[in-house]
Amino acid sequence: MIWAFLKFTKTLNEIPAFVGIIKEKIMSVLVYTESENGKFKKTAFEVASYAKAVADQLGTTVTAVAVNANDSSELGQYGVDKVLNVSNADLNDFNAKSYAAVVKQAAEKEDAKVVIVSQSADSKYLAPVLAVGLNAGYASNVVEAPSSTAPFTVKRTAFTNKAFNLTTIDTDVKVVGVSNNAFGLVENSGSAAAEDFSPALPTSGVKVESIDKATDKVTIADAEVVVSAGRGMKGPENWGMIEELADVLGAATACSKPVSDLGWRPHGEHVGQTGKPVASNLYIAIGISGAIQHLAGINASKVKVVVNTDPEAPFFKAADYGVVGDAFEVIPQLIEKLKAFKAANA
Amino acid sequence: MKILVCISHVPDTTSKINFTDGDSKFDTNGVQFVINPNDEFGLTRAMWFKEKQGASVDVINVGGAETEPTLRKALAIGADSAIRVNTPATDGFQVAKELAKVVKDGGYDLVIAGRESIDYNGGMVPGMLAELTDANFVTNCISLEVDGTNATAVREIDGGKETVSTALPLIIAGQKGLVEESDLRIPNMRGIMMARKKPLTVLEPSTSSSETTTVKFEKPAPKGAVTLVDADNLDELVNLLHNEAKVI
Repeated sequence: MIWAFLKFTKTLNEIPAFVGIIKEKIMSVLVYTESENGKFKKTAFEVASYAKAVADQLGTTVTAVAVNANDSSELGQYGVDKVLNVSNADLNDFNAKSYAAVVKQAAEKEDAKVVIVSQSADSKYLAPVLAVGLNAGYASNVVEAPSSTAPFTVKRTAFTNKAFNLTTIDTDVKVVGVSNNAFGLVENSGSAAAEDFSPALPTSGVKVESIDKATDKVTIADAEVVVSAGRGMKGPENWGMIEELADVLGAATACSKPVSDLGWRPHGEHVGQTGKPVASNLYIAIGISGAIQHLAGINASKVKVVVNTDPEAPFFKAADYGVVGDAFEVIPQLIEKLKAFKAANA
Repeated sequence: MKILVCISHVPDTTSKINFTDGDSKFDTNGVQFVINPNDEFGLTRAMWFKEKQGASVDVINVGGAETEPTLRKALAIGADSAIRVNTPATDGFQVAKELAKVVKDGGYDLVIAGRESIDYNGGMVPGMLAELTDANFVTNCISLEVDGTNATAVREIDGGKETVSTALPLIIAGQKGLVEESDLRIPNMRGIMMARKKPLTVLEPSTSSSETTTVKFEKPAPKGAVTLVDADNLDELVNLLHNEAKVI
């Protein structure tokens, strides 16, 4: 096709300009930066940081696409050069098909060869749909910047955090899903230019009827600290101290599978292989023995603390710090110590 | 209603994870394989549709002959027939393309898959399949009701849940909540005997493309021993979390 075009190019002078345009556009990195109620999520800044690292490797720039975000200039602090701002009331409810269409059109507009998304529930929902739309290979749960860009090689978790899988994405366009809290935030002194973007929306056969969400609580997916408790708490009536500990730490609360099966806590709090995955900076397990299925789900957390009466509990083998003791004595004391620590460091 | 349940053949959770061939392949030596837990919740929900709403239920796997015992187990649980696409599953996109052909040719109304497999954790096959077959799609599905061609599903979202209305043809990626753990079925002797006579069709692959390639596996660095803190000295724990781990 290029040769066909060149044939029609009348003067040789035009050729370098044409090649120049191709070079400039060929390797942009696009990142989908997720927001909620107009505010960017922390994962948006993390994927922006990741996109910047990839762009640096490729010697190119970062374009973000944001949907109904109030202030996209914040993204400049994480290395984004340009933001495509989509503002459309039809996108107030998340819809995988519509959002995938938005990101796809942004990728095509920017001629992006690498598209970065987070691994939030919504981004995990849209990524495979997007990959098909772009005819792109997709690597999910990626934890590091690419070790090579040709071939494009990423490291991802597999076997529910029991191994890593080095994968090449072999297609022209690549979709990369970056695990939450794996790459971290990298601040940058740049600024992001804003541009309005109005992609066409497809009709979707999935319509949101209602959303049931606690707005005042930090979610397990976004939490830096997760306080999790198991059957060692003896009953749902004893969760007050768990919630208080979580409150002091600004943490999300979670629970083991038996606790959710017994109905002591809602299913949405169940973490582990068949529950929610956890990748927090600090995970505190109270009265949880540490069954392999539980550990598989929380292993991506960076620092693990266990409190258990049984020194033989398997969790002690997986934890960084352990307290052998009765939660009913340890937790109230820990709450007091943390309050004192916070007061001293405030 | 014609239902297809996608069954991944995965190592049991308690399996030792090791690799062979210069760390490029999973070592299946001595490993017990099972139906992927997320798929088993879906299969159990499909059985409910079969018993209460007269649905037919086929199961499918993309993989070599070694996955057939896992498909037979699904038949023993109650599926009517099984399909195996005879090619190693190397990439989610490739698997989705194989499934898309079967879904289109078979005219399935509802496809139930798991939100992810517990081995590769790709979490991409159901979404790709939906896009390839132009079906509606709900992921992280924790409840599904079908009434005629209309469906109501609940999706788990970060920090809560969302109820959606949609319609067949529909693809869902299910997980625990679709049914409860206590609803899961262990095949009985009669089921196992019947499963031997049920059809298991082997199809040859329709595509040879692969969009990603596994180069190598690595195991995480061995973790250091736990630092024990005395229950009477919790100041030390706070100190360690602040000064050593730097997480508070």
